[in-house]
Amino acid sequence: MSGGVNGAGSSAIRLDRVWMTYHTREAETVALANTSLEVAPQEFVAVVGPSGCGKSTVLSLVAGLIKPTSGSVEVCGEAVAGPSGHVGYMLQQDCLYEWRTILGNALLGLEVQRAVTRESVETVRRMLTAYGLGEFERHYPRHLSGGMRQRAALIRTLATRPDVLLLDEPLSALDYQTRLEVSEDLYRIMRAERLTALMVTHDISEAIAMSDRVLVMSRRPGRIKSSHRISLTCERQTPIGRREAPEFRTYFNAIWKELTEDGRAVGLVPVVART
Amino acid sequence: MAAQSDWFQSSHEHEAFLRGLARRRMLVGTARAVLLAAFVALWEVAARQGWINAFVVSQPSRALVTAVSMARRGELWLHLGMTVGETAIGFTVGTLIGIVAAVMLWWSDLLSDILDPYIVVLNSIPKVALGPIFIVWLGTTVTAIIAMAISISVIVTIMMVYVGFREVDPDRVKLLRTFGAARLQILSKVVLPASVPVMIAALKVNVGLSMVGTIVGEFLVSRAGLGFLIVYGGQVFNMSLVMSSVILLSIVSVLLYYGVSALERAVLRTRG
Repeated sequence: MSGGVNGAGSSAIRLDRVWMTYHTREAETVALANTSLEVAPQEFVAVVGPSGCGKSTVLSLVAGLIKPTSGSVEVCGEAVAGPSGHVGYMLQQDCLYEWRTILGNALLGLEVQRAVTRESVETVRRMLTAYGLGEFERHYPRHLSGGMRQRAALIRTLATRPDVLLLDEPLSALDYQTRLEVSEDLYRIMRAERLTALMVTHDISEAIAMSDRVLVMSRRPGRIKSSHRISLTCERQTPIGRREAPEFRTYFNAIWKELTEDGRAVGLVPVVART
Repeated sequence: MAAQSDWFQSSHEHEAFLRGLARRRMLVGTARAVLLAAFVALWEVAARQGWINAFVVSQPSRALVTAVSMARRGELWLHLGMTVGETAIGFTVGTLIGIVAAVMLWWSDLLSDILDPYIVVLNSIPKVALGPIFIVWLGTTVTAIIAMAISISVIVTIMMVYVGFREVDPDRVKLLRTFGAARLQILSKVVLPASVPVMIAALKVNVGLSMVGTIVGEFLVSRAGLGFLIVYGGQVFNMSLVMSSVILLSIVSVLLYYGVSALERAVLRTRG
């Protein structure tokens, strides 16, 4: 899976002094100001921050959907010039197409990349079976529960064999119980496939429970304020098991404090209005 | 789902509820039939008793005789076929042209910005006012009638379908873009399939609109079709011909509408 990644020293994702400015008729908004971050191969990094801080902008940049105003973005050692097969993107909504079967949905990315072959279809079907959707491959999305739908969406993303996975609040549209269930699935699948992941979330617990490292972003214009390497002592290394670890609270409080401190500085957000 | 309804059917309350529904359906159906029968009967009786002037309003029995004799002579099928054919071509071609134009507008924001006021103007013109223009250009032919039927449905289709395209969930488009999809792939894999319900809704609206275009066209130029029969009947003061044509016209339009509804159900069956 991590075929595109160079030697052990290089990073899977690298943002170097990235600035991102959005223009509308009313104003110019600085979304990212001099943001740098790195994610090592097979590392799972979560980014937390207040809403509107530019978290999703980071993902869009890595996915090649937008270009930075200045600075460089690299994935697997290559400068990002546009969407590429290196990156898989999971959105908040599962975005399954209701006119396609589950198998048809899972094959969407391969179709777009014109990579549907007998082998690739077999691989996708094996994945569906492995993750408990084998008997539903001919069903339409409306027959599936929220958790199953999100799993189908993950398989759709993994089917194109990306080197890095971008997760844009992938659980926030689910109810609490399904959310825990899907986070277990996600975690298990990601570790099994040895994927590099960058996840954006506003849920601190989720970030700590799932990732190796948590980055805290400041209010807009966003930049990385701090980085917390998560090391939890617990028997079961799964998102639910990890929540039981004694250090969990300590991390939570530290990150919570940073986020709320930042909250007081709201007045300082420089949004340049051009009237 | 079957298991669920089995469980429900075992409940007496639910059975009673279903019986209530069935009774109501019967009542509604009966009332509708009685209403129609009463109207026809009253019309017939009123004409026979001389309460109303049968020469001006005709009467059901005469309308029926007219229709039957036309059917015997084979004329009826010619006229029906003409109107149905022109309408069907009108709404099919109108819908297709409308969808193609909507795709072009979706493809180019610049084009859609430029053309926006023209579309608004074209939409607000009463299309039947263009009738004489079509006749001059295309002659007093079936083509002019079909042009009329198309013109009346095409602009509405463009507007409905274009709005539908724009309302496709941006996240679904974003998903495709992350796979590196080209614009044509975005169109074929998400925008068009997601808009199928909108396109069918446009088709449904167009059935009615094209019929208006066809009838107006037939009023103006034709020598065949229900519109022609109505105008001709009016000119020679044969109200039975007018009435039977109007009744046939309403039957035809309802059948066309149900035809499209059946198509809609078939297409949307697999969707959530």
